[in-house]
Amino acid sequence: MPGRLDANRSAVGLSDEEDGAPSGALMVRVGVQSNTLRPYLNAVRQTLTAAMCLENFSSQVAERHNKPEVEAGASREVLLNPVVISRNDKERVLIESSVNSLRVSIAIKQADEIERILAHKFTRFLTQRAENFVILRRKPIEGYDISFLITNAHTEQMYKHKLVDFIIQFMEEVDKEISEMKLSLNARARIVSESYLSQFN
Amino acid sequence: MSDLPNVNEFNLGPISCHAFNQDRTALALSFNSNVVNIFRKSGSGWSLAWTLAEHDKHVTSIDWAPKSNRIVTCSQDRNAYVWTLDSASQQWRPSLVLLRINRAATFVRWSPEEDKFAVASGSRCISVCYFEEDNDWWASKHIKKPIRSTVLSLDWHPNNVLLAAGCADMKARVFSAFIKGNDKKPAPSPWGEKLPFNTVCGEFSSGTGGWVHSVAFSPSGDALAFTGHDSTLTIVTPAAGSVQTIRAPSLPYLSALWLNENQIIAAGHDCAPHLFENKGQQWAFSASLDSAVKKADVGFTARDTFRRMDSRAQSTTSNDTEVHTHHQNTINSIRAFTGDRNHVDQYSTSGIDGKLIIWSTNNIAKGMSNLHL
Repeated sequence: MPGRLDANRSAVGLSDEEDGAPSGALMVRVGVQSNTLRPYLNAVRQTLTAAMCLENFSSQVAERHNKPEVEAGASREVLLNPVVISRNDKERVLIESSVNSLRVSIAIKQADEIERILAHKFTRFLTQRAENFVILRRKPIEGYDISFLITNAHTEQMYKHKLVDFIIQFMEEVDKEISEMKLSLNARARIVSESYLSQFN
Repeated sequence: MSDLPNVNEFNLGPISCHAFNQDRTALALSFNSNVVNIFRKSGSGWSLAWTLAEHDKHVTSIDWAPKSNRIVTCSQDRNAYVWTLDSASQQWRPSLVLLRINRAATFVRWSPEEDKFAVASGSRCISVCYFEEDNDWWASKHIKKPIRSTVLSLDWHPNNVLLAAGCADMKARVFSAFIKGNDKKPAPSPWGEKLPFNTVCGEFSSGTGGWVHSVAFSPSGDALAFTGHDSTLTIVTPAAGSVQTIRAPSLPYLSALWLNENQIIAAGHDCAPHLFENKGQQWAFSASLDSAVKKADVGFTARDTFRRMDSRAQSTTSNDTEVHTHHQNTINSIRAFTGDRNHVDQYSTSGIDGKLIIWSTNNIAKGMSNLHL
């Protein structure tokens, strides 16, 4: 798969600076040399399972309000340390947890200009339809391409392990999707240029 | 009564809290809403008898006083009501409690003598409520001092004066809730001798820090157990001066119950009750009391298995939606069902999956004997 190879090549030159990660975040770097996604997704899965222990919690700041504490950020003691899990400098996941909500932000691998455009278009398509995806956040966190916001209402309605599966599956599919789009884009470009140049025969 | 867990399915949504009456023929539940439903036992099931709709936001906690047959409910609308059954009309009548708090009420428990109750709240205080005969209402006194965040849980000491509180500022504390003119002077206990209102008898932490989800005094009141969001269970014994923290092999516990002086049940995000035992002055995790039943995997080839492990980091082949425990989601409350405080025979758990399960402690001994084989 071309996408996978690109990711591994870029994994060789690692930068120490993680832009977009909040200061004080716990950094986990996994599978730098590995040629599979497995250890990376495994780390994300375990962290999500532990972070998704949510309960109903009414706001301590605003009277009669009940809002996701990770978004409100008004009471520091109910926020947990954010965790960054990175596969390489391009691909990483930020997991911010709190007493009643959890925010997962994903940076999708973008090796070149085309992939950057494709990832942007793809995430834009999804976030514009955020209400159909239930847990999707309308705007990603800065430095990341797509964010999910899971609240206690979601874990009450849905199976927790299925929510984790959904995010893992999304992370797996989005890579595939973008490499496929890139391939078809290249193929299309070739056909277009061929038919254009054939006029000069 | 059989040893198998007795599963009662009430709802597809969450059960926020539950409480039984004294003879266990009636049950008060709240389904994640502003309404309290009271069910009466009919045959092997439960039928809805009354609906108490006075709160206007999510009901967070219910407690049923066994002897005086009064119900106290509290809610995120900052109010608590004491409900009494009017014998003539057979209707529950509410009376508002003057809590004087300006954030959500999170937890409520009657004292063992049933002459007062304590309400935990998000306004960083505990209201200890008592009945004022002169004014004919429930008045309250606040425990405020070292509390720095929402109080998540409470438990009364059997002496009717001491009150334990678990708090989102990562501490469990023991307070004196002595109300002058209402309480008799308590006998000296390991927690202290002179106990005026709001005395802090102890402040404990698990060491690693985590919101304290539940607190529970031992049957004698000489020890305190609390569970934290760091997946720990801590047992404090002030007489011996010991604080023992056990790191559990699971997700955090939300509720704990002492079966007797040497056994504690804790349950939470792992969807199964876990047993902790005191083995010669040393507490340890003993077993999970809901043995996960694995279903046989069919229709998967070895190749599929490895591919799944490789691509999605799934270690199991099963693609089931179901969790392999009786509860399908987080358990948020455990209460004693039969037996007295010193020896609980059966206990009930309710959870976010809308199930209420009654478990027998007989199978603990049986399960243990199986382990020895």
